Order: sequence, then C-alpha cells, then structure tokens
Amino acid sequence: MRVNLTVNGEQRQADDVWEGESLLYVLRERLGLPGSKNACEQGECGSCTVYLDDVPVCACLVAAGQAQDREVRTVEGLAEGDRLDPVQEAFVEAGAVQCGFCTPGLVVAAHDLLERVPQPSDPEIREALAGNLCRCTGYEKILDAVRLAAARR
Amino acid sequence: MDFLRPETLAEALALKAERPDAVPIAGGTDVMVELNFDHRRPPALLDLTRVPELQRWDEGLRIGAGVPYARIIAELGDRLPGLAMASRTVGSPQIRNRGTVGGNLGAASPAGDTHPVLLASDAVVEVASARGSRMIPATEFYLGVKRNALEQDELIVAVHLKPAAGPQQFSKVGTRNAMVIAVCSFAISLFPAEKRVGAAVGSAAPTPRRAREAEEFLASELDFSSPKPLLDSVKREFGELVSRAASPIDDVRGSAAYRKHALAVMARRTLGWAWQELIDGERACA
Ligand SMILES: Cc1cc2nc3c(=O)[nH]c(=O)nc-3n(C[C@H](O)[C@H](O)[C@H](O)COP(=O)(O)OP(=O)(O)OC[C@H]3O[C@@H](n4cnc5c(N)ncnc54)[C@H](O)[C@@H]3O)c2cc1C
Ligand code: FES
Ligand code: FES
Repeated sequence: MRVNLTVNGEQRQADDVWEGESLLYVLRERLGLPGSKNACEQGECGSCTVYLDDVPVCACLVAAGQAQDREVRTVEGLAEGDRLDPVQEAFVEAGAVQCGFCTPGLVVAAHDLLERVPQPSDPEIREALAGNLCRCTGYEKILDAVRLAAARR
Repeated sequence: MDFLRPETLAEALALKAERPDAVPIAGGTDVMVELNFDHRRPPALLDLTRVPELQRWDEGLRIGAGVPYARIIAELGDRLPGLAMASRTVGSPQIRNRGTVGGNLGAASPAGDTHPVLLASDAVVEVASARGSRMIPATEFYLGVKRNALEQDELIVAVHLKPAAGPQQFSKVGTRNAMVIAVCSFAISLFPAEKRVGAAVGSAAPTPRRAREAEEFLASELDFSSPKPLLDSVKREFGELVSRAASPIDDVRGSAAYRKHALAVMARRTLGWAWQELIDGERACA
C-alpha cells in the first residue's frame, strides 16, 4: 500500500508498504531517515521514539497505515539547518553520548519533557525518560544533559 | 494483508461484520509486538485510531475504548483515582501515550493493569456490532487467559464508570517502577454511602478476579458512619481473604507462593491507605 504523511514538515510518500509494517521501518528503510533506531521492536527501549502529532511514541509500535495523513517529527527534524537543538547540544556537552544508539530516542523524549515542563525536577526527568534504555552511560550524564538544557532555557 | 481504515464507528462495525478475521488495532502496543515478532499474521488490520466515537469521554464517564492512558491520567485522575493510578504504572510515557483501556480489555491478559480497578469499581464494558450493542459488567467480561466475552463481529466501544464514591487504591508488584508487567496487582474501592467495598486481584489467576469473601468481610467489619483507625487483626484477615481469592501459578515473574504473600501485603496496605483517607476526609469536614 501507499502511505502519505508529513515528516519533519515535508509531505512524504512511501510505496510498497506492507500492511503490517511499522512506522519505524517506513522511516528508516523507505524514507531514508535512519536517525530513529531499531533495537527491540517491542516498545521496551525507546530508541525509536518520534513525535506523532506532537506526542512522543515508539515508532516500532505504530502501524505504518496509522501514520497516514499524520505529522511525524523525528530526531532529524529537531536541528535547524546546522544549528543543533539545545537539547542535542546539551547531550554533546554533558558527555551524555557514548555509543550513541539510545541518543536519538532520549533526545526526543527529553525535548518533549522540556516543551511540557521547562524546569523539571529530577524525579520528573527520571519519569519522563523511564521508557528509554541506555547500556553505556549509566544515565548520570544524561540527567546532567537534561538539567543543562533546562538551565539554558 | 489488508489495512482497513474506518472513519466512523458505524463503518468500523460494518467492516468487522464483513471481516470477522480482521484484528482491531488501537494503540498497537500489544498488536505491533506480535506482528514485529511474527507471532501473528492476521489477514487484515482494522485501524481504530480514526474513529472519533472511540477517542472521547463524556461527563457520564463513558470512556471511549481508544482514549489513551496519558489522557485518562491527565483528564480523569480527579474523578477516577483508581484507574489513573493503574494507568500511571503502565509501561512508560511512550506506551501510555498510545496504549488504551480498550486494548487492555481486548488483550484480556490476566496481568493487564486496568482489570483489577475495573472490577473493584463496578465498571461496565460497552461492546457493539452491526447487530446492536451490549453492556457487559466487568465481572462477566474476562473468560480465561487472554479470552474475553467479545463475539467475532464485536468491538469494544467504551467503559462505563461512576465517579469515585470514596477512596480508591491500586498497587502492583514488579521489579522496577517503569516498564513492568505485574507480578501481581490489587485494587480496592470504598463505597462509604453504600457501606461496601470492591476488591480485585490481577496477575494471580487465569483471569483478573474479584475477591468476594474479602469484600463481604470488610463490609461487615468496617464502621463507615464513624471511621476509626483499623485494628491490625481486620487488616490481616482482609489480606488473608484476598490472598485466598487468588489461584496463581509459578512462572518466570514469580512463584505462586510469593504472589499469595504479596497480595496479602498489598491488600493490607492499600486498605490502610484508603481507610486513612476516609478518616482524614471526615476530619476535614468536621
Ligand atoms: C513496552 C510495553 C510495556 C507494557 N506495559 C504494560 C503494563 O505495565 N501494564 C499493562 O497492563 N500492559 C502493558 N503493556 C501492554 C499494552 O500496552 C496494554 O495492554 C495496552 O492497554 C494495549 O492497548 P493498545 O491500545 O495499545 O492495544 P492494541 O495493541 O491496539 O490492541 C490490543 C488487543 O486488543 C484488541 N483491541 C484493541 N482495541 C479494541 C477495541 N476497541 N475493540 C475490540 N478489540 C480491541 C486488539 O485486537 C488486540 O487484540 C505493555 C506493552 C509494551 C509494549
Ligand atoms: S525499537 Fe521501538 S522501543 Fe525499542
Ligand atoms: S550511549 Fe550507548 S546505549 Fe546509550
């Protein structure tokens, strides 16, 4: 089937989509947007987190057809040209990126948190990022990054 | 595979009548896992996310099957504290943004977090088909492990609840706070005006189930007209009766013996919290 959707502000079209395929597969394999990562395909790791109509979701759990006529924003859509989003900048500066596999999902989840709660408490940060796993950093630097991004707002 | 995309409830019901083999998909947090892992290859998916009738709730607390947990927490937490508490423990923020009570009922996993709350709060499940609609009390909805009372051509339309008549509590045992399937869970609702209690266990029997004897025991022991601190013996007996209502199994998440023990502990604690809330409420009014 064909799926039409808006991705990062652009009207996009994906063809030959299998009806049981996920939005994550469409983004990565059909639209050339490999930013969102595929690690577990079962909603456990959060590395595929994208905005769907402004709400962060696991792209691996959205059926491609459910994204028809919807608006998707991926990690690729956060930077403005060469200028990183402040959340991305904070991740780099705080040393919150090691292998980087979890980073796109965490950046989107942290971005959403700061849109809703500009000055989050530590428990609020932990709660907002509870659906994102990182096997490298031990999370402390990730918390630092979110605090830094919040402080700069 | 076909991807069916109804835009109204009538259209969805007509499609389901025509294609009873079509698998409904709402938040997809159960269905997509099965598809991604090739555990299921249905001939068709019936996408319910575009059906407006399923996405809204009204003041009579008829909650559309497709209202996600995040909205239940944000919009209904004041009137339905028990359901909101259970919703808060589901998965992660991403899962709560998509997952729905309708999906929890559709999956009918014994471990589904909303089930004990729905049972303890006298919820009624509204289902419909092209033939008409039925109101099924939650107590009659769960038939077996992952089996519910839906007919092939039916969809879950809404859950009907009443605003909390008194304190409600939900408790769940798991290995961490986020992203855990319940080892076992428990919900309690007090109905002070009717001098009765609702209590139900989850993940501790082939279906979620009410703890009737425990409910009756409390109804006879509790003094709702002038609530005073509870005797430990009452809490203990309540815990025992709740534990006895369960028939858990040993599995990877926990042993039957542990589940029985944990249920008794959760029942005692949640009763303590709910009763204290009632006492504090009386004081605040006095
Ligand atoms: C990472 C992760 C963590 C999770 N954690 C929890 C947890 O902590 N607690 C918990 O209870 N669950 C948990 N789940 C399971 C799942 O999120 C819940 O069961 C959720 O309520 C399913 O809702 P959904 O809308 O996503 O359902 P879907 O996946 O869309 O559907 C689930 C089932 O219900 C059927 N269905 C859906 N809507 C209807 C309808 N209106 N009428 C008829 N049938 C329908 C579908 O055909 C399917 O069989 C988790 C899942 C994941 C992936
Ligand atoms: S790949 Fe989607 S949550 Fe892990
Ligand atoms: S940086 Fe490697 S998983 Fe997080």
